[in-house]
Amino acid sequence: MGVEGIGASVVRKEDRRFITGKGRYVDDIKVQGMTFAHFVRSPHAHAKVKGIDATAAKKMPGVVDVLTGQQIVDDKIGNLICGWAVHSKDGSAMKMGAWPAMAPETVRFVGQAVAVVIAETKNQARDAAEAVVVDYEELPSAHHISMAIAPGAPQLHPEAPGNIVYDWEIGDEAAVKDAFSKAANVVSFELVNNRLVPNAMEPRAALAEYNEAEEHFTLYTTSQNPHVARLVLSAFYNVAPENKLRVVAPDVGGGFGSKIFIYPEEMVALWASKKVRRPVKWTGDRNEAFLTDAHGRDHISKAEMAFDKDNKILGLRVKTHANFGAYMSLFSSSVPTYLYATLLSGQYNIPAIHAEVIGVYTNSTPVDAYRGAGRPEACYLLERLMETAARQLKVDPAELRRKNFITSFPHQTPVIMAYDVGDFGASLDAAMKAADYAGFPARKAKAKSEGKLRGMGMSCYIEACGIAPSKAVGSLGAGVGLWESAEVRVNPVGTIEILTGSHSHGQGHETTFAQLVADRLGIPISQVSIVHGDTDKVQFGMGTYGSRSAAVGMSAIFKAMEKVESKAKKIAAHLLEASEGDIVIENGEFKVTGTDKSIALPMVALAAYTAHNLPDGMEPGLKEGAFYDPTNFTFPAGSYICELEVDPGTGKTSFVNFVAVDDFGRLINPMIVEGQVHGGLVQGIGQAILEAAVYDDTGQLVTASFMDYAMPRADDVPSFKLSHTTTLCPGNPLGVKGCGEAGAIGASAAVINAITDAIGNNKLEMPATPDRVWHAIPGNA
Amino acid sequence: MYSTTYHRPSTVEEAVALFAKGSDAKYLAGGHTLLPVMKQRLTAPSDVIDIARIPALIGIEASADTLTIKAATTYVDIVNSADVKRTIPAIAHLTSVVGDPAVRARGTIGGSVATNDPSADYPAAVLALNATIKTNKRSIAAEDFFKGLFATALDENEIITAISFPIPAKAGYSKMRNPASRFALTGVFVVQTKSGEIRVAATGASQNGVMRVPAIEAALKANWSASALDGVKISDEGLMADIHGSSDYRANLIKVMAQRAVTAAG
Repeated sequence: MGVEGIGASVVRKEDRRFITGKGRYVDDIKVQGMTFAHFVRSPHAHAKVKGIDATAAKKMPGVVDVLTGQQIVDDKIGNLICGWAVHSKDGSAMKMGAWPAMAPETVRFVGQAVAVVIAETKNQARDAAEAVVVDYEELPSAHHISMAIAPGAPQLHPEAPGNIVYDWEIGDEAAVKDAFSKAANVVSFELVNNRLVPNAMEPRAALAEYNEAEEHFTLYTTSQNPHVARLVLSAFYNVAPENKLRVVAPDVGGGFGSKIFIYPEEMVALWASKKVRRPVKWTGDRNEAFLTDAHGRDHISKAEMAFDKDNKILGLRVKTHANFGAYMSLFSSSVPTYLYATLLSGQYNIPAIHAEVIGVYTNSTPVDAYRGAGRPEACYLLERLMETAARQLKVDPAELRRKNFITSFPHQTPVIMAYDVGDFGASLDAAMKAADYAGFPARKAKAKSEGKLRGMGMSCYIEACGIAPSKAVGSLGAGVGLWESAEVRVNPVGTIEILTGSHSHGQGHETTFAQLVADRLGIPISQVSIVHGDTDKVQFGMGTYGSRSAAVGMSAIFKAMEKVESKAKKIAAHLLEASEGDIVIENGEFKVTGTDKSIALPMVALAAYTAHNLPDGMEPGLKEGAFYDPTNFTFPAGSYICELEVDPGTGKTSFVNFVAVDDFGRLINPMIVEGQVHGGLVQGIGQAILEAAVYDDTGQLVTASFMDYAMPRADDVPSFKLSHTTTLCPGNPLGVKGCGEAGAIGASAAVINAITDAIGNNKLEMPATPDRVWHAIPGNA
Repeated sequence: MYSTTYHRPSTVEEAVALFAKGSDAKYLAGGHTLLPVMKQRLTAPSDVIDIARIPALIGIEASADTLTIKAATTYVDIVNSADVKRTIPAIAHLTSVVGDPAVRARGTIGGSVATNDPSADYPAAVLALNATIKTNKRSIAAEDFFKGLFATALDENEIITAISFPIPAKAGYSKMRNPASRFALTGVFVVQTKSGEIRVAATGASQNGVMRVPAIEAALKANWSASALDGVKISDEGLMADIHGSSDYRANLIKVMAQRAVTAAG
């Protein structure tokens, strides 16, 4: 590696503009004649829309127009789609109700849009929105899974009887039954995976501009995948043909999954820009973000694990109800199925697994992928179960895990995944050493003498990232392929632009992707620019989510770089009158190995573009593209150990130590990886002890602001002790696995295992607030 | 936010006159309660009169028996005041755990006390220390000032000018923070006056706002120590319950926070 190559902790190129307030986000963009949209939203969790009277609103100062759901229907704009077809175990297709961008007839969650006001200023739009009179007929609502599946529950969509979207299964039910019949011990429990609000720092926003002369739309939007947005807006919503729609995702302030999806507001802004013949901007406020950004998690599960007399796992049986909210968001159907149940084998050799997942409609905000997407739910279930088993079987939790670790690779689990490589024992060893596992009993005793309840908990997670082979996901119902694209443009002066289909909204791609190029060519990263997020500039790509941009996005760059280097070597060999096979690239120069002859990259680039002296038959130019389709998922894995103290008087948790040992394969920029792990851990800890989206009995979101939704702050979390073990991923040329979600996947179980260890009561749900922990301390309930 | 007219008077008299002129005027003294509500369009004052910058309302004075904090003194100035730290360090501590640095830079003691949020910290100190609330019209004893949730003895156009705290023999404050808002999930302020009276006030607990806690006072009068409260049982009747804390949890917190406040008071 060079000082800026692979493996170097290079300072992030993009941070200068971010930390000096010079980032350019959607709301920073202003265009001539811009109007502002404000949505009229349902105050009810479930109601019939009997009428909308906008007469008074239309007469208010500055109002350009008031548009309603019926007009969208009349304009034949498509309903929102769910892009992953999941079938029930009886073979039937999932039962989806229609989701119009603005509700013409029925609202099904608080915050659902029914109309939009377009006005000259933001405040005028808000003022007029208050004057739009919507006549609602309230209906009984069911925001919770248990309410929605109860006999006689309110019916949300006629298409989904009993509010069941699907009843899906994976694995071999008979084999599991057989395993349980042979079990020496069975461990079972029920658990809740709490609903979370993603809370990206930048709320969603859209600025849509229609150019009448060219019949062309431009949409600036907060998207993790602008090409997919364009595809969906064109092919399914019929707002504009693809070649007449440019989608730009400029600087985007965080996503965590919530900006993958195509939401009603962005689509309405685009449609409205043609309707009112003026550019339309919508910027969500924090309250709208709480109410309308797709939420995450929200499972209720029952799990049972069978062990033989030697404490080897024989089988696992899981039944999960997943709350989808009121509508099926873009990738929602895949999250509790192919991103969840396929990871239920964890790091363990489990001969038989069967999981049933029942997807449920409720009167709540739609739920979709949120950092980890299904994998945190799987890890939490499995690692809580392993800890519970260790306690019930009275064995050391580390030993129980170790005894059941998968140790030979590749390993085919009973739930689709084929793990390529890993060393689970190595990461557990390293974590136990870093956490001084052996010294814990003494520390616990000392804490007890000081009136504190000390606990330790571990979590050994695995995740499937870099999704994934397009053919494989296609066979599982995905509506898209999950490859990535790249184009490498060497400019005539030797500077380089990388056009990537990945999108950076906090990940630091402008640095890490440049490091790959710097590494290969031996040039400084300042000579490399990363271009992303604009469908007019960049070839079709799939965007960033699921920790895929290193494994898939960078692999595409790698492939394109190989092509560029191959051509450049041919040119260099020609100019140096040497054999192509003798050319090596070092420090930005093409050298003839074993000689002092060399030519610098800019000279090769210039030669490519002047084309005065190229090998016979060679095309001018130095620009190559590649599409990379992975051969498998990647499988980051690791061990987390958390040590904490519970204050018996208040139930408050204080962290003593948090050790995270991850195997991400090769690290491109260890500093950025560390930052990603920190962020993930904080979100995992947030889920464990702080965060929850809570609805009241009438379906109102109680936690619709930061006054009630507890986001982790710096003093809520410990300093983390991070390290890595490494097995290189054999499935991609860089050996990388992905690091974006690990922390959020592995942390929650470690924390709850530690708290339940501290208080000596295994029954505790997330978030383990001081109130809940205090009540769970034996004697307090 | 609806449109409003912002005023920045330089004297109390000017502020009072501006208030009288407005059709639905509101005083602003930091704004941590008023501005969020205005942003959510839940209130629409015609005039917002910013009294936080009136020089006569800013400052801290200490005599042998009394600490007087003028109403528009910001939290950060109270935290950093040598007079406060010397005379009633418990007030400096209480102030240091209000909100976060941004809140403490803007918030004022008068604004907090006039708002009487049931989970605010200062009411506990004011009531337990038996402070006197001085206004542009009169002096009001703490016992007579707090009238339930967000309600006080203040007339509509009455401005707190200062709060005078008798300097106690001992005082301590302990607070369990609401994990989201950082208001007091329950906070308890304990006082032993120079004449030996024990006064204990809890905030964040009662459905009626700040309250005295006679059971704790009685136990501490018999024996000023944390362990004296071990056997005290606080009823959860009339206590708040929300997603962050049930009423029985808050009842427990009253006792536990009181114990810690006594320990802190020494």
